[in-house]
Amino acid sequence: MADEPKAPSEAQGENERPASAGQPAGSPAPIDEGSRATPAGGPSPPANAPAPAAKPPAAAKPPAKPAAKPDPWTSPLVEELQKRFPGAIRDPLIFRNQPFLTVAKESLVPVCEFLKSEEGGAYTFLTDETAVDYPKRPQRFEIIYQLYSFKRNDRLRLKVLAGEGEKVPSAAAIWPAANWLEREVYDMFGVVYEGHPNLKRILLPDEWTGHPLRKDSDILRQDEAWVQANLGIKSGQ
Amino acid sequence: MPEVTYLDADELVINMGPQHPATHGVLRVKLKLDGERVTGSECIIGYLHRGIEKIAENRTYQQFAPYVDRMDYVAAVTNGMGYCEAVEKLLGAEIPPRAQYTRMILAELQRIASHLLWLGTHALDLGAMTPVFYTFREREEILRIFENYCGARLTTHAFRIGGLLYDLYDGFEKEVRKFSDMFLGKIDEYEQLLTKNRIWLERTQNVGILKAEDAIAYAVTGPVLRGSGVKWDVRKAQPYEAYDKVEFDVPVGRHEGWGDTYDRYLVRLAEMRQSVRIIRQAVERLESGPIFGKVGKIIKPPAGFEVYHAIESPKGELGYLVVSDGTTHPYRVRVRPPSFVNLQAFDLMARGHLIADVVAIIGTIDIVLGEVDR
Repeated sequence: MADEPKAPSEAQGENERPASAGQPAGSPAPIDEGSRATPAGGPSPPANAPAPAAKPPAAAKPPAKPAAKPDPWTSPLVEELQKRFPGAIRDPLIFRNQPFLTVAKESLVPVCEFLKSEEGGAYTFLTDETAVDYPKRPQRFEIIYQLYSFKRNDRLRLKVLAGEGEKVPSAAAIWPAANWLEREVYDMFGVVYEGHPNLKRILLPDEWTGHPLRKDSDILRQDEAWVQANLGIKSGQ
Repeated sequence: MPEVTYLDADELVINMGPQHPATHGVLRVKLKLDGERVTGSECIIGYLHRGIEKIAENRTYQQFAPYVDRMDYVAAVTNGMGYCEAVEKLLGAEIPPRAQYTRMILAELQRIASHLLWLGTHALDLGAMTPVFYTFREREEILRIFENYCGARLTTHAFRIGGLLYDLYDGFEKEVRKFSDMFLGKIDEYEQLLTKNRIWLERTQNVGILKAEDAIAYAVTGPVLRGSGVKWDVRKAQPYEAYDKVEFDVPVGRHEGWGDTYDRYLVRLAEMRQSVRIIRQAVERLESGPIFGKVGKIIKPPAGFEVYHAIESPKGELGYLVVSDGTTHPYRVRVRPPSFVNLQAFDLMARGHLIADVVAIIGTIDIVLGEVDR
């Protein structure tokens, strides 16, 4: 590839960086100002695919580069959910053909029960449950549920926001698979689940302090504390 | 009249593992026993926890790729495939057909290798010494193909985000065809040793029964789910790579709505046959062409959003949730490990069985502790 087109796209990468670095922590809403609305995912990505690196045409119109962004998701299921649980369903979006929505914590259990039932799409399969930590947001934890429906052959991603010390209702009574998955989230993030049958650490030893997948977890400090307590010297490093 | 017990009626709690040859690694199972019968169990895991998900946050997208090989270390190719595809999906990148079919061939070879390792050790656990020598003989052939392709046998790091680093070597197609012709006969050999063997039937039939509704409730996937009669495979339900362009069947167990250890054994053997079918079709469709898609050297996916991508690994549904913040490092990578989730159903399957059957049940779930603990 020639040097000519590459240079502007690199400079553009620099411009974009500070803007995008601040935003993901701030708001879950779409963050890029890409003027070109794209059909997310789908079979036609080559047109906008190589978002990251040197692509000559991108140099011509700088804002087009971060073109990938979620589209609003409309479906009968969302309408039904919004009708049944007014105010509890926020931001139904679809990104790369993957729909997701945010559920208010208070309505999580009824929403999940509805989704599991026949009329709610028979999402009987909780593929995964995990969390993502955004320490700068007012509610730092985003709990993510991956649901799957055999009937519809369809995946759905639920998100629940929880702040530090806020309890999240456990889904273990609805999908037994959540038992260990929630224990892992508790272990790694310190999210406490309400109504969980056996909430204790699963991968780390019981006497472990801290929750390592939090962004502010610092293994070095913890190591030092252990050395000071157990070996009586100042630091092991 | 009260029931007469000659032994101390108190419940006995014993630890099986973490150093036990039949737990396939460092699984510790706390068994509650009534005599020799299991009345309850608890799996204690984490002995092999290396913080893979935390490591991901401190590496670039490409740098993290070799780490995923260390999770399910007997099926590194499928691990890498899942991760590369997840990042490609996040980027919206497409990879050329030659790379897709190469990935499929290697992934199916890896599935066979993983099932062979499982079959050999599972039979060994149950007292059949011979199969392990047979299965390792064929597994060696597969590992030799891997070694010729990318220089490594186990932790291969075979794929790159965007396609392949190496094109196929001369004679790859020939070797793979030779292997697939030879291998079907070898499956018959294993079947001669086990399928109608009376001891094998006694040890596996009606042991570790898992009902289909329990399997779904516990999110069990892979051969364990199919052994329980649920015809579901990620490759069919939500095809990735070019799995929608090849023909293969999804084998299920003998029963409607439930399955035992023997069902899962049959399912895995049938799966190996299907893998050979896929490999044969994929080799025919290998055309010369590019092996790398339009992915730059610096990977910066769009910020603030995530994708979940799942593939059918030999153990079940292996999923990656990759969250991007627009930098070169992933903000978070979550691995949905099939072994971890499947192991949760162990307690359900073990209750009421004898200690000796616990060995069979651990074996039949086919866990790899590197993936359970990550």
